[in-house]
Amino acid sequence: MSTTNYIGKPTSRVDGPAKVTGAATYAAEFHVPNMAYGWVVSSPIAKGRITKVHADEVLAIPGVLEVFSHENVPGLAWFDRNYKDDVAPGGSPFRPLHEDKIKFNQQPIALVVAETLELARYASSVLRIDYEEEAHETDIEAKRDEGFEPGRGKSGWMPPPPPRGNPDKAWEEAEHHIEHEYVHGAQHHNPMEMYGATVEWRGDKKLTVYDKTQGVVNVQNYLTKIFGLSKDDCRVINQYMGGGFGSGLRPQYSVFLAVLASLELKRSVRVTLTRQQMFSFGHRPHTLQYVKLGTNPDGTLAAIQHHALHETSQFEEYTENVVNWSGMLYQCENVKLGYQLAKLDVFTPQDMRAPGAATGSFALEVAMDEMAAAAGIDPIDFRIRNYAEEDQNAGKPFSSKRLRDCYHQGAAKFGWEKRNPQPRSMRKGNRLVGYGMAGGVWDATQKKAAAKATLTADGKLQVSSATADIGTGTYTIMTQIAAETLGLPLEAVTFKLGDTDMPEAPVQGGSWTAASVGSAVKSVCEAIGEKLLKLAQKMEGSPLKGASPDEVEFVNGQIRLSNNPNEAVVIRDVLQASGETRLETDTSATPNLLKQATHSMHSHNAVFVEVEVDEEFGTVHVTRVLNAVAAGRILNPKTARSQVLGSIVWGISMALMEETIMDHQFGRYMNHNYSEYHIPVQADINDIEVLFVEEEDDVVNPLGVKGVGEIGLLGVAAAITNAVYHATGKRVRDLPIYLDKLL
Amino acid sequence: MIQQSSTSAAQAGGVAAPPPTGTVRLTINGQQHTLQIAPWTTLLDALREYVHLTGTKKGCDHGQCGACTVLVNGKRINSCLSLAVMHEDHDITTIEGLGSQENLHPLQQAFIDHDAFQCGYCTPGQICSAQGLINEGRAHTEEEIKEHMSGNLCRCGAYAGILNAVKEVVDAKSSEPRR
Repeated sequence: MSTTNYIGKPTSRVDGPAKVTGAATYAAEFHVPNMAYGWVVSSPIAKGRITKVHADEVLAIPGVLEVFSHENVPGLAWFDRNYKDDVAPGGSPFRPLHEDKIKFNQQPIALVVAETLELARYASSVLRIDYEEEAHETDIEAKRDEGFEPGRGKSGWMPPPPPRGNPDKAWEEAEHHIEHEYVHGAQHHNPMEMYGATVEWRGDKKLTVYDKTQGVVNVQNYLTKIFGLSKDDCRVINQYMGGGFGSGLRPQYSVFLAVLASLELKRSVRVTLTRQQMFSFGHRPHTLQYVKLGTNPDGTLAAIQHHALHETSQFEEYTENVVNWSGMLYQCENVKLGYQLAKLDVFTPQDMRAPGAATGSFALEVAMDEMAAAAGIDPIDFRIRNYAEEDQNAGKPFSSKRLRDCYHQGAAKFGWEKRNPQPRSMRKGNRLVGYGMAGGVWDATQKKAAAKATLTADGKLQVSSATADIGTGTYTIMTQIAAETLGLPLEAVTFKLGDTDMPEAPVQGGSWTAASVGSAVKSVCEAIGEKLLKLAQKMEGSPLKGASPDEVEFVNGQIRLSNNPNEAVVIRDVLQASGETRLETDTSATPNLLKQATHSMHSHNAVFVEVEVDEEFGTVHVTRVLNAVAAGRILNPKTARSQVLGSIVWGISMALMEETIMDHQFGRYMNHNYSEYHIPVQADINDIEVLFVEEEDDVVNPLGVKGVGEIGLLGVAAAITNAVYHATGKRVRDLPIYLDKLL
Repeated sequence: MIQQSSTSAAQAGGVAAPPPTGTVRLTINGQQHTLQIAPWTTLLDALREYVHLTGTKKGCDHGQCGACTVLVNGKRINSCLSLAVMHEDHDITTIEGLGSQENLHPLQQAFIDHDAFQCGYCTPGQICSAQGLINEGRAHTEEEIKEHMSGNLCRCGAYAGILNAVKEVVDAKSSEPRR
């Protein structure tokens, strides 16, 4: 047994000690000398124009340095393309402080910069701004008939496939059929850390930008294009991120404003948003869905129809894959999928954990439960009868799919056999007990990514890539991959990230970091290994002479012959004998498109939930959740489990608590704080557990990983909704399930 | 929060300058600090922006999330809801004062062992809150810990790990006298 096998082991986070001691420094925490503070002023109206900013009044306060608004912002890049970040949807991106027009409530309309935080905040509170209001529309209900099919979406968006079979006729003629509308409101990511940026002015238009982002490269591209900076003069750093969940995929206006102020004032500036302002940008869109299902007498699906309509802004066409999953999760010959947007006077929605799928799987999986009940079939049995052996949307086989095992293993561990199929049949004291299940599917994606590795004569390895760790465990799994690939102890390896001086990596999203950056780290360490082998073969009396790279292995700090482990050289000795002080190389890993083109690549899950509902109060307690996940190889069961546990908490939140409530009279989100935007607290979480179903896959990427950041969320809200139905006999189709919906 | 006054409430030119700053002396993690700050500076902002102890986090600034929890004379408080000037005679302990990377506090070690965090942003507040809870001496069962740790939000949803970490340390403490 070797000791340097780390992949697949439950390794504790390597960044743990920094995080538990407060030593981990987040974007708005970097201490730079002579720093000024910016405070963002947000629009109190949803639509109209600014007629006057009374900046002179606050500029008279000693210590107030400048009030930036559309009235005085200098000429910046003109064309829309300069404002388009790497993951922008179609349309015309919002430009902060660009014009007098107000396009959404809480739009940033001024930045007050002062010597201290206290002064900037005070000055912003007394800044008078005059407006002319115009009528706004923020209610998607008013736009039901004005939906349109988006022209071009953001990267990764796929228009729904064309209809197959004869979905209308098949539905009409089905033995059993159902049709219902499913709704959830807007939801905001609300990571614990507020968006903020510390911009260090290094003189002569040279900046170091510490920004909260899921992609430093994306922020650098955005800033350099707008402000006409060279990449060398605009270094973007983000080593720790206090949560993202998709909210940091696109650059936020906080970094734009901080850079603007820094360049104009020629000094360092920090801008941090308030919790209220965390509701002023992208969100999971309010979505209306209509699902029609029909079954044949044998319990197979005769027809699936799924239509979605969700909000976007007036200036961008935000898209996500809501309905496509319904054409691939189950076998069905007659399928019709529709997808439309409606423009409202709100900010552009933004990817939020499992965007599209979290929404679509809620509707589809509740509908599947309703269909199973109508057809008199157990919900798991119903899904197995309709199991998709291939992706019918794409007409391709899956690279791997162990969803069936998720159903079986999950049901066994959960104790599904104890479920009495009759609603309202199970009780515990004055509480009704319900069991529900659902499942989901998410993409397994690999993007191009690069990494650099440096091995020094003391046997220490440093690997770096401009990726992110938003709490996902990137630091830890990359350290594991690097250590195992070169057979070094974990302690000898340091992985660094989140700096545009490092080799380029994509934004952290789409559950693709493990696959993309992991492949690059593996590849760059293998390249170091080959260099090491060549040097080792030059050593006097080397037992490795003539061995090719695939005939040796790197284990326990040694290079040894695979077929004769006693013939080995110590890695540290190799460097010392060679006289080299360091070996360094960088490389990028790209997906094997040839191999991948013939397959559909996805992770899957099945979620099992027990709820207890107080019949008199309508309160729902989620007492047990088991999430069975098949997501390829699990690099670190400890951190991967935490991601899925977190997703379960998110699912409980989505089902029972979370909703951003708009007062349409003002076109303003009214519960824009942590007190009124409800998310679970410690006391809300009971017995939650994760079961990883083993899955091998040599198509997705060289590591066989599919990613676990998003798959765990799928099906959770639906399974809770289904369990509530089983407990109470009441079917709720609009989230969250507030207690009044059960009374 | 609407931050602007409307035109109808307009003042006739000029706004009042805020009161001057003053000297505030704080004892943080056993060390004396003398700050020249506005009297309405919160303890949280004093720690983060003036003493550069950024382990104490700002998650809402409204006492709703618990990320800013510190110990004042051993009692856990939301430092965002308290002014620095109110704590001149108090012993303030922040996450930096509980332990260091080289010498972790038992709660810090337990949080790592149980993977009781992901992004780590609520973590200092969770740990300080747990220490406050232990000082209060009222949390013994899982249910009690869950109830009394519910003032600290974790958006990553690491609650299962947090509960196990706190329980481990609480259990170890309660078994100490018997040894």
